[in-house]
Amino acid sequence: MRDNEAIAQRHHKILSPLTKTGWPFWITTGLLSIVFLWSFFAFGWQYVWGLGETGMGHPVSWAFYLVNFVFFIGISHAGTLISAILRITHAGWRTPITRAAEVVTVFALAAGPTNILFDLGRPIRFHWVAIHAQFKSPLLWDFTCIMTYFITCVLFLYVLMIPDIALLRERFPRRRWFYNPLSLGWIGSERQERILKKASAFLCIAVIPVAVSVHTVVSWVFGMQTQPMWHSTIFGPYFVAGAIYSGIAAIILVAAILRRVYHLEDYLQPVHFNNLGILLLTMTLLWFYFTFAEYLTTLYGGGVDELAVFWTKLTGRYSPLFWLMVLFCFVIPFPILALRRTRTILGTTIASVSILIGMWLERFLIIIPTLSQPRLPYARGSYMPSWVEWSMLAGLSAGFMLAIILFSKFFPIISIWEMEKEEKERDEKVT
Amino acid sequence: MYRWGMVIDLDKCTGCQACVVACRQENNISFAGDKEAKLGRAKLWMNLMSEVKGSHPNVEMNFLPLPCMHCDKPPCTKVCPVEATYKSPEGIVAQVYPRCIGVRMCISNCPYTVRYFNWHEPAWPQEYKKGLNPDVYSRKKGVTEKCNFCIQRIRKAKWNARKEKRRVREGEVIPACVETCPSEALYFGDLNDPKSRVSRLSKSRRAFRLMEELGTEPKVFYLKEGEWDEG
Repeated sequence: MRDNEAIAQRHHKILSPLTKTGWPFWITTGLLSIVFLWSFFAFGWQYVWGLGETGMGHPVSWAFYLVNFVFFIGISHAGTLISAILRITHAGWRTPITRAAEVVTVFALAAGPTNILFDLGRPIRFHWVAIHAQFKSPLLWDFTCIMTYFITCVLFLYVLMIPDIALLRERFPRRRWFYNPLSLGWIGSERQERILKKASAFLCIAVIPVAVSVHTVVSWVFGMQTQPMWHSTIFGPYFVAGAIYSGIAAIILVAAILRRVYHLEDYLQPVHFNNLGILLLTMTLLWFYFTFAEYLTTLYGGGVDELAVFWTKLTGRYSPLFWLMVLFCFVIPFPILALRRTRTILGTTIASVSILIGMWLERFLIIIPTLSQPRLPYARGSYMPSWVEWSMLAGLSAGFMLAIILFSKFFPIISIWEMEKEEKERDEKVT
Repeated sequence: MYRWGMVIDLDKCTGCQACVVACRQENNISFAGDKEAKLGRAKLWMNLMSEVKGSHPNVEMNFLPLPCMHCDKPPCTKVCPVEATYKSPEGIVAQVYPRCIGVRMCISNCPYTVRYFNWHEPAWPQEYKKGLNPDVYSRKKGVTEKCNFCIQRIRKAKWNARKEKRRVREGEVIPACVETCPSEALYFGDLNDPKSRVSRLSKSRRAFRLMEELGTEPKVFYLKEGEWDEG
């Protein structure tokens, strides 16, 4: 390892958030904490009075929490997956964004399944899913896949951070008690480097099938049920594509905010946003293709029950949301991302925000209209989320942001050792 | 082995809803209240669906009593992650309330929408509480409940029969809805016994089951109304 002092000097912009804390930080975290804590009150309220405090009923018995579950798992999808794919393909431009992407994955993955806890009638018995496990239920496939993915992603993030933690250990003697055990005695010896290389190569390969399986299985929670417009073989790939789509958007948004707040302009350059923008453009087209295929097949097939759901979405009660989804997921982002002139940092950020809203709506439109139009024409109901459900979404989002902010205060949000390695390789090439 | 089943003669059903009331009384189904009922949170293990056809003066009204279908291939039982619902060897799709954690996947996968959730703690008017049936297992908030063909009555009949070392006789056990029906539109019995009333009626030319195309194989059979045969 090269001289720590020199490295720290060169990358002082990455390390400065760890030492300097201004009033914007305290205001932001303060506000987010209030929202976060409020959601605890909301959950307590729901716990005491029952799930009836939500807007759910009969037949719409799954709603907001499931939407948020799928949404957050979707966000978790791009980070580690993109990071792994870019590593395997040796895409040089990836280095400054991989760490942030992996962090987004880990925290979104922590936020997603929490929604299932909120959704349970008896959340205190959540562990029974493990104790009385029934593998015939798609929910258990979900549980298994998400747990595997979560552990893999935490390992992925951690293993590739060990050299940086070792640097921090040397750099901040007062925080040694914290960094020292985490650094696992890293001194940058050749043997350690070899092990790290092997471990990261293994994790890169391992995480890809796990990631694909997770969102496939999330889709199967719906796809395996015989309800109209859920029971579809396209759901696996449709959900995976949608997940990567919203995931990349989340990474762009987080990268843009970090760049602005922590002054990382030298690291996160327009070229990164351009490249991520092109990836996002591909996913925009893929999302459109899947959505179009799904809806056309339903319409042409002409099943009575399916069409009832289809028309509620396109022209019925949920049509405003449907056309907003088309607007946010395709009409707005597509031209912005397609034109080189608008594929700037600001452009990709606007497209990302639009996509995140649109993809949340997409999940809402997959879950609720189907439940509101069951096969038998008797039970009919609409759904309107209550204050409890809105509070939980706000609290969960606040908790997610809070986690990223706190992470960035204790660990470098850009991988320093990989930047160094890259520079070294570049220097060697020149000489 | 018994295989319990029900036959509902739609020609005889007058839509009086006595079955609905009897079911509520027998199974201690809690009161939802007006506000909750509007959100669709009323629990009706036996529900009466009605449909108005045509306009004045040629109006026609059809009724459909809707209990749990007790499918032979139930879509609800296989999705439960904790085995809180299962099909008993006698074909009854039952709910184990203490095991249920309220995931509600069984509700969303029931094509007949006959599973009900306790959105709040079950409540009854004070004067009603004295009339609660002591034979029925109580439910708490956060669990799913459903029609179980008055399993407590079946159990009692089987005990009596076992004491006398015989099988349960035809008509010895009937659910509350069947017992109360004033026009005798509902029949209940053992589908495995070829001589039983339900088994003969279920093979009638008028017999049909709801959404047979889904392959759920319900054990509730309906007998078509006269007018329906022409159309």
